[in-house]
Amino acid sequence: MNDTLLKTIFGRLTLESLPLHEPIVVATFAMVAIGGLGLVAALTYFKVWGYLWNEWFTSVDHKKIGIMYMILAIVMLLRGFSDAIMMRAQQAMAFNGSEGYLTAHHYDQVFTAHGVIMIFFVAMPMVTGLMNYVVPLQIGARDVSFPFLNNFSFWMTTAGAVIVMMSLFIGEFARTGWLAMPPLSGLAYSPDVGVDYYIWALQIAGIGTLLSGVNLVATIVKMRAPGMTMMKMPIFTWTSLCTNILIVAAFPVLTAVLAMLSLDRYIGTAFFTNDSGGNPMMYVNLIWIWGHPEVYILVLPAFGIFSEVTSTFSGKRLFGYSSMVYATLVITILAYLVWLHHFFTMGSGASVNSFFGITTMIISIPTGAKIFNWLFTMYKGRIRFELPMMWTIAFMVTFTIGGMTGVLLAVPPADFVLHNSLFLVAHFHNVIIGGTLFGMFAGINYWFPKAFGFKLDKKWGTVSFWCWVVGFYFAFMPLYVLGLMGVTRRMRYFDDPNLQIWFVIAAFGAALIAAGIGAFLLQIFVSIRNREALADHSGDPWNGRTLEWATSSPPPEYNFAFTPIVHDLDAWYDMKDRKHERPVTGFKSIHMPSGTGTGVVLAGLSVAFGFAMIWYIWWLAGLALAGIFATTIFHTFNYKRDFHIPVEDVIASEDARTRQLATQGA
Amino acid sequence: MIVEKTVSRAKKWLAVLPLALLTSGCNWVVMSPSGDIAVQQRDLVLIATGLMLLIIVPVIILTLLFAFRYRQSNKTAKYEPNWDHSVGLELLIWGIPLLIIIALGALTWTSTHLLDPYRPLGRIKPDSPTLANNVPVGNLVDKQQAGNGPNGAGKPLEVQVVALDWKWLFIYPEYGIATVNELAAPVDRPIRFQMTSSSVMNAFYIPALAGMIYTMPGMQTTLNAVINKPGNYEGFSSNYSGAGFSGMRFRFHGVSDAGFDAWINQVKQRGGGLNRASYLQLEKPSEKVPVRYYNAVEANMFKLVVEQCVQPGKVCMSQMMHGGKGGGDSHAGMAMPGVNGGKGPQDTGHPEGALMKDADEKGSGNHWTAPADIKQDGANSAPGSQSNRNHTMLTPSTMPGTRPVANG
Amino acid sequence: MSAIPMKDGLNETEKVSFYDIEEHEHPDGASTMLGFWMYLMSDCLIFAVLFAAYAVLGNSYAGGPSPKEIFELPLVAVNTAMLLFSSITYGFAMLSMEEGRQRVMQMWLVFTGLFGLAFLSIEMYEFANLIHEGAGPTRSAFLSSFFTLVGTHGLHVTMGLIWLVTLMVQVQKHGLIAANKRRLMCLSMFWHFLDVIWIGVFTFVYLMGTLR
Repeated sequence: MNDTLLKTIFGRLTLESLPLHEPIVVATFAMVAIGGLGLVAALTYFKVWGYLWNEWFTSVDHKKIGIMYMILAIVMLLRGFSDAIMMRAQQAMAFNGSEGYLTAHHYDQVFTAHGVIMIFFVAMPMVTGLMNYVVPLQIGARDVSFPFLNNFSFWMTTAGAVIVMMSLFIGEFARTGWLAMPPLSGLAYSPDVGVDYYIWALQIAGIGTLLSGVNLVATIVKMRAPGMTMMKMPIFTWTSLCTNILIVAAFPVLTAVLAMLSLDRYIGTAFFTNDSGGNPMMYVNLIWIWGHPEVYILVLPAFGIFSEVTSTFSGKRLFGYSSMVYATLVITILAYLVWLHHFFTMGSGASVNSFFGITTMIISIPTGAKIFNWLFTMYKGRIRFELPMMWTIAFMVTFTIGGMTGVLLAVPPADFVLHNSLFLVAHFHNVIIGGTLFGMFAGINYWFPKAFGFKLDKKWGTVSFWCWVVGFYFAFMPLYVLGLMGVTRRMRYFDDPNLQIWFVIAAFGAALIAAGIGAFLLQIFVSIRNREALADHSGDPWNGRTLEWATSSPPPEYNFAFTPIVHDLDAWYDMKDRKHERPVTGFKSIHMPSGTGTGVVLAGLSVAFGFAMIWYIWWLAGLALAGIFATTIFHTFNYKRDFHIPVEDVIASEDARTRQLATQGA
Repeated sequence: MIVEKTVSRAKKWLAVLPLALLTSGCNWVVMSPSGDIAVQQRDLVLIATGLMLLIIVPVIILTLLFAFRYRQSNKTAKYEPNWDHSVGLELLIWGIPLLIIIALGALTWTSTHLLDPYRPLGRIKPDSPTLANNVPVGNLVDKQQAGNGPNGAGKPLEVQVVALDWKWLFIYPEYGIATVNELAAPVDRPIRFQMTSSSVMNAFYIPALAGMIYTMPGMQTTLNAVINKPGNYEGFSSNYSGAGFSGMRFRFHGVSDAGFDAWINQVKQRGGGLNRASYLQLEKPSEKVPVRYYNAVEANMFKLVVEQCVQPGKVCMSQMMHGGKGGGDSHAGMAMPGVNGGKGPQDTGHPEGALMKDADEKGSGNHWTAPADIKQDGANSAPGSQSNRNHTMLTPSTMPGTRPVANG
Repeated sequence: MSAIPMKDGLNETEKVSFYDIEEHEHPDGASTMLGFWMYLMSDCLIFAVLFAAYAVLGNSYAGGPSPKEIFELPLVAVNTAMLLFSSITYGFAMLSMEEGRQRVMQMWLVFTGLFGLAFLSIEMYEFANLIHEGAGPTRSAFLSSFFTLVGTHGLHVTMGLIWLVTLMVQVQKHGLIAANKRRLMCLSMFWHFLDVIWIGVFTFVYLMGTLR
């Protein structure tokens, strides 16, 4: 075959694209390949492919999709965290003339991938997964507004993750930092596939995120149980609503700005180039107009979780519900007015800088109000120190520190010395780990019994908790110090040997966090093994207050045989308080959406399309795009998208529940 | 009397303690800088932290206290499961942070204006008299340095900074010299840095001297600062700029007036010439570049770099025709001779997109360090213009019926 | 520190119902309109960003042509008319749908599609002309933002046309059932939305550009 033909078929994909010269990558690949093959073999051996396909992959059940999101997030957490460990190890050893063990080529990919993966493929799916699982239950609905779209969103997110993972083994990832700022990310300075991987992974996953945002807003607005007015919505539902509004209003900006970057790269337009009148500053502005709300997209649901947890485990109504709601709304709006604080150092005028600095500080007022509300929810309560509550208290302490350093960074002249420093790195890990991640762990431990019918093991959960919390302080407090010593981020090696000890401490902290992740996985494993002992038959293991605890654990496919009627903010607590009687007769058949494989197919085609675009395999891109259109149109010709759960099935499962509750009572 | 004394001593200690803790034995350069601007920025960090600790410390203490006091096993503590509202507390919850933010906001507003990197220095060091050429405190207008220092000491030293891949070029226009990866300035003399970048974004940062400011291609930024203690300080790029970024370091020498003259002489004696050709050579990507001196710098070199027209035959940005202002002749702008050497409208040297490229030209996956060969031909309006700092004036687009505003 | 009464004044003795026993099935697609409206708003944001990009870069000619030199207002005016007519015919189609007159509705939809096609053809002609003259999207930042803004709109119209044809087939196949009516409503919103965007493009890009 001649060269031209090869290039036509494979684009710029050649054998050299495989990073065979990078031992670390090859070893990783070998491990992943062996693990993957083992998994496939096991699944085939136990003949679960059909089960997985029918019951999970094609399912439109919000609960199953929520769980799949969580699994995706945990898998990607392992990838993102190995990047983190590599960075900490590199920085701990690259002193005294040593350049560590990573080349610039590799190291620069590692820190870019770490940021991208942790934000887009760990934090986002975790947040979306929890919202997906909990929100419909909390509002007494049977599913989300657009069940198929939900499945499709999940698979598009997964498709993005697949593309990122591909970059590890075929070609390379971007070496630009997680926001891919031009001109560095332009074709002139990043001609290889890295930035293209970045663009297509984010664009494809972004479609999923946006649609799931639309879906959940519609669900919350339209599908609440009768009686649940806006001001009787559980606070997690409120924060979810605001989060999804933020998603709908922020992600299009990311889509547009990445589209412009790809036009620059693919057809040679001049949006962000140095020449022909391009304006890289426009990219910086636009990406942060998305990027700042993104921060609140990640943290608001965590705030919601903490509210639920604090109130439940203090055995008390949430203090200051309405001020909590207004605080959330204020944060939602202000999230759009602060983006410039990410680049005070780019020479904006003093008045511009002060404006954005002060708006940023103003956000700390509603956030502070929230902290106080949790504080006064604990006040005069009866606090049970279960795992979710432990995470919440760790959050309140940690996040407060992160908030303080955040406000510090919002003072422009202070930012001039702290911007891009490890102080900044410590700050945002302080709020993302201390806020979002602790929140997710609180949420996982809180809702796990709802999803699976048994609690998570407390011993290993506690080990994980302490490893994480202590590890966090060990890993990031030294970075604050290093920031004050004038050390900036993304450095691969250092001259000053005095710094090394701090990096070693940070690496130790990262190792502790690794132990925390290990303990978390072990916790899940142990809990599954001891599920009989940990079982909860009541459906309400924590003496909960909101509607998700009103149904069985795990909930039936239809969530509620009869839609609950809400009279109070703490609807389920109110029902228990006033001795409600669970109806045991008069069941009807229930109308439900049916599963479809279209989401999987579309996502698969999207991966093919993205891959083809990345490697300039134009024929494949065309084919995949045509496939996407054809599948979409074909899907719209299917009008039968629902079915009825026969009344016998409903009766059977509700009777089982009745018996279960009876044994529980006896 | 004694009480008073104790109180004042305690006050003194309280003020010094955090500082002492922070600087004790360590080289926390951000906390113990040697330039007045950085000192003021440090003070601001400390004041802001102190203000916030007013609320942070009680919150953390209360969290732990409540968590302990209202634990389930403590049956003596009050339990009010339905208590969920209190107007007084709510006012406090919103009011106290609000008051602190008002204080901090006021501090932010004034300090941001006073420490605006574009603003000529107000003083040389904490106890020195205010400079006469300084914009009065309270007159918070961004004014470009006019360079009209009344006294010798007040007249700032001009340094033009170019961030290259991956090294720093410093041009001293007053002395006609330039250096690579070495910077020197006399102690207690204001320095005015004019900064730009040749290819991608970097940030110019000498922690001991002053906060960082980005250097960006086709744009010009400014930083005013002064060094108060003689010494050999570290400077580097604090914004990631590609493969050689970690080695993009330089030394900054704070020296006496005599020492500075000696340094200038040294550069003059040991240096070669820096003209367009040698600049283009220097501009090519290289890592960990040793110090280099130039004793004769071509006039306007910095301007040429900012306007991206060092390469002979390229049109500078400020001379770039803005269509519609060059007269009414339709399409004349497109084939204007001079632009791109008159080689026709499409040939601007702008990199082609991937779709237009031949298969062989497409970027490979190999480790890449050097930027592709690209010629630049920008059309940003006046890179150093003050209007660039005001984001409401990104494009002075004209409304129909009004006279077009000159751009830059 | 008064606790708020928990039972919102409900009488304890009164039997409170906690379950919706007599629940009837929810109509299908109850939130489709809201969901689609939100999608449109997010799409609107994409256009907002592209408009903003045009506002920032619209003066960066890089020595290339200015709007005055390349826009041909009469052509664009005809183009605008095409799109506006298509919106009107779509409106007629919706009226016929309300009256349940499927044949007439299909006829109006055909007209809509033809007008849309005419709009796209004219736009393509304009683009081809510009590229031929050397004023392609790579010439200057102004032209990049111009082509992207107008092109994205054109892409949306193309999608709308594909959707239109698909829907016509579906109506032919299944008649004016509720699901189809809902889809027609969505497309209607989409189509009018594109019209509104185009009015923005026409005013902001073409008119202001030539007057500048």
